[in-house]
Amino acid sequence: MASPPTAAVEPVLAVHGITKRFGGVTALAGVSLDLLPGEVHCLAGENGCGKSTLIKIISGVERPDSGEVIIDGVAHSRMNATSAITSGVQVIYQDFSLFPNLTVAENIVLTAEVAGRQKLYRAASVRPKARAIVDELQLDLDLDSEVGDLSVADKQLTAICRALVHAARVIIMDEPTTALTHTEVARLFAVVERLRARGVALVFVSHKLEEVLAISQRVTIMRSGRVVTSGLASDFDRRSIAEHMTGSELDESRLVADLDESAAPRLVVSHLDLPGAFHDVSFSVRPGEILGVTGLLGSGRTEIAEAIFGARPAASGEIFIDGRRADIRSIPDAVDAGIGYVPEDRLSQGLFLEKSIADNIVAGSLDRHRNRWHGLDRARIRATIAGLFSDLKINAPNPEAPVRSLSGGNAQRVVLAKWLATEPKVLVLNGPTVGVDVGSKAQILDLLRKAAARGMAIIVISDDAPELVSCCHRVLVVARGRVTHELSGDEITAEIIHERMAA
Amino acid sequence: MQMLRTLRGSNNEGVLALVLLTLIIAMSIISPAFLSAGTAFSTLRSATVPLIFALAVLVVIVSGGIDVSFAAVAIFSAYTAVSFAITTAPDLPAFAIIGFAIAIGAVLGLFNGVVIARFRLPTLIVTLGTQGVFVGVMYTYVGATYYAQLPPSLASLSSVTVIDFATGTGRASLHVMAVVAIGLSLIIWWMLTRTMFGRALYAIGGDAEAARRAGFRVMRTQVLVYVLVGVLAAIAGVAHMVMGRSANPQDLVGDELDIIAAVVLGGASIFGGRGSVLGTVLGVILIQVINNSLLLAGVPSAWLRAAVGMLLIAGVGIQAIAARKKARRVHTVDEQKADRVVEEVAS
Ligand SMILES: Nc1ncnc2c1ncn2[C@@H]1O[C@H](COP(=O)(O)OP(=O)(O)OP(=O)(O)O)[C@@H](O)[C@H]1O
Ligand SMILES: [Mg+2]
Repeated sequence: MASPPTAAVEPVLAVHGITKRFGGVTALAGVSLDLLPGEVHCLAGENGCGKSTLIKIISGVERPDSGEVIIDGVAHSRMNATSAITSGVQVIYQDFSLFPNLTVAENIVLTAEVAGRQKLYRAASVRPKARAIVDELQLDLDLDSEVGDLSVADKQLTAICRALVHAARVIIMDEPTTALTHTEVARLFAVVERLRARGVALVFVSHKLEEVLAISQRVTIMRSGRVVTSGLASDFDRRSIAEHMTGSELDESRLVADLDESAAPRLVVSHLDLPGAFHDVSFSVRPGEILGVTGLLGSGRTEIAEAIFGARPAASGEIFIDGRRADIRSIPDAVDAGIGYVPEDRLSQGLFLEKSIADNIVAGSLDRHRNRWHGLDRARIRATIAGLFSDLKINAPNPEAPVRSLSGGNAQRVVLAKWLATEPKVLVLNGPTVGVDVGSKAQILDLLRKAAARGMAIIVISDDAPELVSCCHRVLVVARGRVTHELSGDEITAEIIHERMAA
Repeated sequence: MQMLRTLRGSNNEGVLALVLLTLIIAMSIISPAFLSAGTAFSTLRSATVPLIFALAVLVVIVSGGIDVSFAAVAIFSAYTAVSFAITTAPDLPAFAIIGFAIAIGAVLGLFNGVVIARFRLPTLIVTLGTQGVFVGVMYTYVGATYYAQLPPSLASLSSVTVIDFATGTGRASLHVMAVVAIGLSLIIWWMLTRTMFGRALYAIGGDAEAARRAGFRVMRTQVLVYVLVGVLAAIAGVAHMVMGRSANPQDLVGDELDIIAAVVLGGASIFGGRGSVLGTVLGVILIQVINNSLLLAGVPSAWLRAAVGMLLIAGVGIQAIAARKKARRVHTVDEQKADRVVEEVAS
C-alpha cells in the first residue's frame, strides 16, 4: 500500500463532537473524525455502534443534536442532503436508497443531475453517462432493466456506480461489498485506488476485516457511539481490530458436533433442475448437520436455495423430507413441509419495517404458538420473543422498538430470529452473517450449532470461507449451476474452499 | 422479444391500444355508423373534461399520492369565478375569468399540499376531508344558485370550434376545449419525461426517503404537485361549464371514480412511481368508448357505473398479477458470463 499522506495536508471534511440521540438511545456521543484527500479511512465497530448514523449526519440525512461538520474549513451545524451533495459528498447507503421503479441507467445518473440543479432532463444523455462508469468498473449491468427487478448484488453495484459517477471529493461507502464476491470487490478496489490517486477522500465501512486492512490507510474504531481508537492501518491486524471493537478476543476455531452416522437424512435433494439456473443438483443433509454451500455470484447457489423454498420452483427433480416426498410448487408448500429460508435480500424480503421487533419475530410462527383451543398462547409467545431477543443480542432498548430504527446488522438478526422461531426441520440460510460484526458472528454460528443439535438440518449459503470452516460438516461448491466439489472433514479449510471456488 | 417489449410499452400501453382498437372494430361491425369523424369528434368532446382531470390524477399518482378532491376543487374554482363575473363584473373578459378560476384552484391545491407535506398525513384521508370542506365552503359563502347563462365573454367561447365540416350524417366539429385538453396532455407529457420536476415525481413515487437522500426537495415537490392538480382541476371546471353553457354547483363531484379508474387502467400504479400520459389518454378514451357503446347498445346507465367499477378492478388486478409474475422471474445464469468471471478469477 502507498504511504499515507503527511499530516500537513488539510482535511477535506471533518466532524467535531457529534452527538445524536434517538429517544433514549444515544447513537453517537461526541464523535470527531477527519478525512484527508487521497486517503481511505475505515470505520469499524460492532452492529449498532453508530457508523451509519455518523454517515447520515455527514450527508445531511440526519440532524445532529450537537457538534459540527466542517467542509473546507467552513463549519456547518447541520447539513442538508442537497448541500452535502453539492459540496462533493457522495454516499453509498447501507440500504442502497435506489429507486426501484427507474432503470439502472436513470438511477446511476439522476443524483448527479439533481446536484447540477438542472431544470430539464435529457433522456438521451443518460445512457452514455451510465455506460461510461459501468464500463470503467467492467460490470455486466443491464442499463435498461428496472432496479426493482435486479438481484441484490446488482442493486449494490448500481448504488456503487451512482456514487462514482459524480466528480465527488468525498465518497462514503457504508458496507458496499455485502452482496459482492471477490471479482467485483477486486474491481471496486481498483477504482478506489484510482480515485485515491486523484485526491478523493474515501470512507469505507465493512465487517469484512480483510477488506478493511487491504484497502485503507487509516482506521477508526467505534464502540457504543464513541471513537475508541484511531490510527494507521498498518498498525492493526484482524485480531487487534476485533479486540478494539468488542473488547474481547476473536474466536474463529472450527467447532462441529459429531453426527449420528446411522440417522436417516432429513433432507434429500435429487436431480433438481431448473433450465438456465442449475442442473442435476443432488445432495442430502442429516439431522444435526450443517451443510455449507458456496460458489461465485451467479453460480446458481441462490437459485438452488430458492427452488428448495418454492420461491422459484425447480422444473424437475425431487425433494424428500424425512423420507417423504415433498411436492414443492410454492412457498406455502415449502413451509408446510417444514422448510425455512432466510433470504439474501433481507431488507426487502424478510421484514415488516414499520412493525416492532417482537411482531416480526413471531410473524412466521403464530401457528406454533396456539393453545389447546386454537387461541394464541400469549405467555409462550412472550417467552419465544424474550428468548430470541436476548440470544441474538439484538441491540435495541426493547422488543417493542420498530425494525426501521435498528442498525443494518441488528435488522438481520431479527430475520434470523423470525425463522428460528418457526423451528423448521430444514433451515436454509443465505448469507446468515452478512453485515454482522465479527464479534457477533461467533454468537450466531453458535446459535446455528445449537439449533442443529436439536435435530434441525441446516444449509448455510455463504462465501465467507472462515465462517464455513468454523461451523460446517460438509461444504458443496457450486459453479455454473452444478455442484462441482464436495468437501468434508480435513478438506474444509479457507484455502481449499477459495481454490475450489475459482477452479 | 425486444420488439414485443417495446410494442407493449412500459405500462402496457400497447395492450390498451389493442383493446381499444378491437372494441372500435367490433362496434363498427355492429353499427356501421359508429366509424365516422362525427363519432370520433364527439368522443373527444365527451372525453375533454375527464382527460384534463385524468392528467391531474396521473401527476399525483405518479408522485405516490392520491387526490379525490379534484372535482370539488374544479367546481369550487370555476363556479366561484363565474358567479363573481355574473354578479359583480359581467364585462370581464374570458381570460380574466379563467385566470381567476386557476388562481382559486392553485390556492385550494396549495392548501391540500401544505397539509399533506407539512403534517405527513395520508393523502387519501386529507383529500377526502378537504373535498367535503371545499364543497361546504362553496355552498355557504359563494352560493348554490344554478346559472343557466354564462357571462357573455365565456358564453361566446361555447360555440368556438376548431375543425368543422359537414358529413353525410350531420356536422362534425372539434370543440376548442378539446384542443385545450390535447395541448395540456402534451405539456404534462413533456413535464413528466423531459424535466427534472417530472423525474422528481417518479423518484418520490418510487421511494420518498431515497429521493430525499438524493437531494430532491421532496416537500416542495409534493406541495407543487397539489398546486398543479388545483390548476388543472380549475381548467377542467371552466371547460365543463363552457361546454355545458351553464354553471351548476352540483356538477362534477361524485364522478371521481371514473377518472381514477381511467388512470389506473392506463397503467399508473396506485403504489406510485409508474404511469404515462399516453396510457392515461388511452384509458380515458377507452372508458368513454365503452360508455358510448354501452349507451348505444341500450344498456341502462346504472350498469355503466358497474362497468367502470369492474374495469377499475381489472386494471388493479392486472397490475398485481404482473407484479407477482415479475417477482418470480428467474434471474437466469448467463453461461458465457459465468465462464468469463471464472476465467478472470483463475487468472
Ligand atoms: N431512526 C432511528 N430511530 C431510533 N433509533 C435509531 C434510528 N437509527 C439508528 N438508531 C439506533 O442508533 C444506533 C446506531 O445505529 P447505526 O445504524 O448507526 O449502527 P451501525 O454502526 O451502522 O451498525 P451496523 O453495523 O449494524 O450497520 C442503534 O442502536 C440503532 O438502533
Ligand atoms: Mg450501519
